[in-house]
Amino acid sequence: MQVQFDILRSDRQTKEQYVQSILYECADDSETVATALTKINADSAVRDLHGNPVSAIAWECSCLQKKCGACAMLIDGRPRLACDAMLKEFRKKHISLSPLKKFPVVCDLIVDRSILYENLKVIGVWLKKEAERSEKHDDMAYEGSRCLQCGCCLEVCPNFYAGGSFAGMSAFVPTARLLSELPDTQKKELFEAYRAHIYEGCGKSLACRKICPAGIDIDGLLVNSNAMAVWKRVKR
Amino acid sequence: MERINIIGAGLAGLSAAITLARGGVGCNLISLQHSERAQSVLAEGGINAALDTMGQQDTFWEHYKDTMTGGGQLADADAVYGLTKHAPDIVRWLTALGVPFHMEQGRLILRNFGGQKKKRTAYAKSSTGKMIVSALIDEARKYEAAGVIERYPHHEFIRLLVDGENGKKSCKGVRIRDTYSGELYDFSGMVILASGGMNGIFPGMTTGTVQNSGDVTATVFAQGVTLSNLEMLQYHPTTIGISGKRCLVTEAARGEGGRLYILRDGAPWYFMEEKYPELKNLMPRDVVSREMYFAARREDCGGQVYLDMTGLSDEIWKKKLSDLREELRRYLGIDPAKEPIPVEPGIHYFMGGIDVDVYHRTNIQNLYAAGECTSQYHGANRLGGNSMLGAIYGGKVAAEHIMSAAGAYFPKEMQKTGAAPAGNSDASERIAVMTDGKAPVLCTVSAEPLTEEASPDFIMRLSKILSDGLGIVRSGQRLQKALYDVQEVEAEAKNLREKNRTALAGAMLRSAMMRTESRGAHYREDYPEKDETLRKKLTASCQEGTVSLNFRQLCDEPEATANDCDLQ
Repeated sequence: MQVQFDILRSDRQTKEQYVQSILYECADDSETVATALTKINADSAVRDLHGNPVSAIAWECSCLQKKCGACAMLIDGRPRLACDAMLKEFRKKHISLSPLKKFPVVCDLIVDRSILYENLKVIGVWLKKEAERSEKHDDMAYEGSRCLQCGCCLEVCPNFYAGGSFAGMSAFVPTARLLSELPDTQKKELFEAYRAHIYEGCGKSLACRKICPAGIDIDGLLVNSNAMAVWKRVKR
Repeated sequence: MERINIIGAGLAGLSAAITLARGGVGCNLISLQHSERAQSVLAEGGINAALDTMGQQDTFWEHYKDTMTGGGQLADADAVYGLTKHAPDIVRWLTALGVPFHMEQGRLILRNFGGQKKKRTAYAKSSTGKMIVSALIDEARKYEAAGVIERYPHHEFIRLLVDGENGKKSCKGVRIRDTYSGELYDFSGMVILASGGMNGIFPGMTTGTVQNSGDVTATVFAQGVTLSNLEMLQYHPTTIGISGKRCLVTEAARGEGGRLYILRDGAPWYFMEEKYPELKNLMPRDVVSREMYFAARREDCGGQVYLDMTGLSDEIWKKKLSDLREELRRYLGIDPAKEPIPVEPGIHYFMGGIDVDVYHRTNIQNLYAAGECTSQYHGANRLGGNSMLGAIYGGKVAAEHIMSAAGAYFPKEMQKTGAAPAGNSDASERIAVMTDGKAPVLCTVSAEPLTEEASPDFIMRLSKILSDGLGIVRSGQRLQKALYDVQEVEAEAKNLREKNRTALAGAMLRSAMMRTESRGAHYREDYPEKDETLRKKLTASCQEGTVSLNFRQLCDEPEATANDCDLQ
């Protein structure tokens, strides 16, 4: 099977963007966008559609099995992990690849996702006291520990923008872990941060739910967190 | 005290950073990518500790013995003693940090794992690594916000800054590169390497991550850091091929009741159960992989080994292995609850690496190492459930030794759980938080040859040679051929990284050549027996480009005291 990648590339210094198209012969059905990028970069003879040499395409990857979130990018306009996008899914022969749009571009498909980590600091996502395990909240603690910090949820969120007060679901998920584990007497500050940076900003479009590569049960976590921090239905 | 520079932000690096921060010592946490991308998140089955919550009268001494036996008696006994003794404290600490280990009615549930006679492995489904990393990331963030831990993500290790002659070398700092801007920086101060295994030497053939390229180990080897046990590669028995890599099927699949079989004359033959009636499918990984290798090559057998999990209860699938089931459905299109899955051994762990002592010191002064980049706790074969333990404990020991050697104060509870040696640790005054160490210096060297990466072509050629020589079953003849091929490739190395990788590859092959016996993961068909005179650590060092190998005497095994054998 042959596919054409239309890759939005950029110059590291000037940041000027341009599209480079490359024909790619895919060896077998299970190949992913990540495999294709690896092979294109390993092939020194590869040329683009105009016969120009292709310099190494900058992209980030690590685990190649959708457990680390490194390779998030826009694939045919949809934010997803390159290691999770099998070429056979794409009926058409053109696949566009571009960097996520809500983060500053570093080079080609690499973006600077520092804002993810900054927002976690703003909310103060860390335990101030020893965790208090309760089997009732175990699922919430587990689910809240699963976020990859890939940034896909922010990309589709109608409410998130860098510098805004809404921290996004990537900050919410680890917060939910703490909500499920902090002793009740220690939750006040976290409740306030939750209301200010998550609850008040989230428009409940839940576009994040569908796009999350880890399939995290975001609405389940939200229901529980709102019950604790907003509606106070949980005995405190 | 200057900030400590930690290379790598996986479990070993995080553990070292948090330990230093708790003691009031600042550090730079330097990594190619953020901790969420570290290989530690891929660890699945669990973490071992003799917590004895299952009513089996388990003790840390038994954990110690299982680790030593599983490792072919080649691990450092004094280090393993510390590791297993402090394992329960590590797991209690992780629980306090909120790791959602599986519990029932307030009791921590432990599962069976390979090479261990008692249930000893704490877990969270088969995503234990991800759960632990998430908790440590949050803990580290507390100190990042306070400025004690300074993170440098997207920064690549280039080289150590080393002073002094051979034998008296001292580490003065580290040169790193910001991969976003391309700028080089020199950081002064002590260094802890926590840079992971050498997957990049075997691209596409391991279960690990691609960012663990092996370049850090190759570079420091060329700079004079001694490595050891390089011939010891772990082939995990159950992996499946997915695009671009091997994907692990956790040992917990067998711990929870999965069975290995092959078709012999058309009927399933449960070869592990027949040959090893006590531990059956849960023999140490080296044994299982080797049995699979031989079974697959028998004329009366079908060639493909299967893992049968169809006998597992719905409850086990739901509560303990739901994530594994989903993964296998996706990658193989098979529901493992309904059909056996085809599995093959794949490279999973490097028992060999940077040689460290019981305090995680390398042969170079002021240079420490912890985690998979080191060689220490696992000897000739690592037990499942001991890797995360070794990484967390190792990072902690390195950090504590740095603090105690510097006379820094650290809190009582850490002294209790750490293996810190006597030092000025009872200093009554807590030292000031070190946030004002020397700032990194923008490095203006005109040429830094190590910034040029090895070419994919070169890496592939080298890995083909290595995998021919360092398979599950090895022979002097094949190793000789591989060594010859490496010399040929060496002549074509175009840059320093390629040269360093070749030197490392040569040292791996020569180590396997020199170990004329079979022990743990190292199996020689021309020397199929264990040779007790070779129960020694095989070290490799590189001086001025010349590699030398030596067998070194292991330390004496500690004797069990009455106290050690008591239940905790």
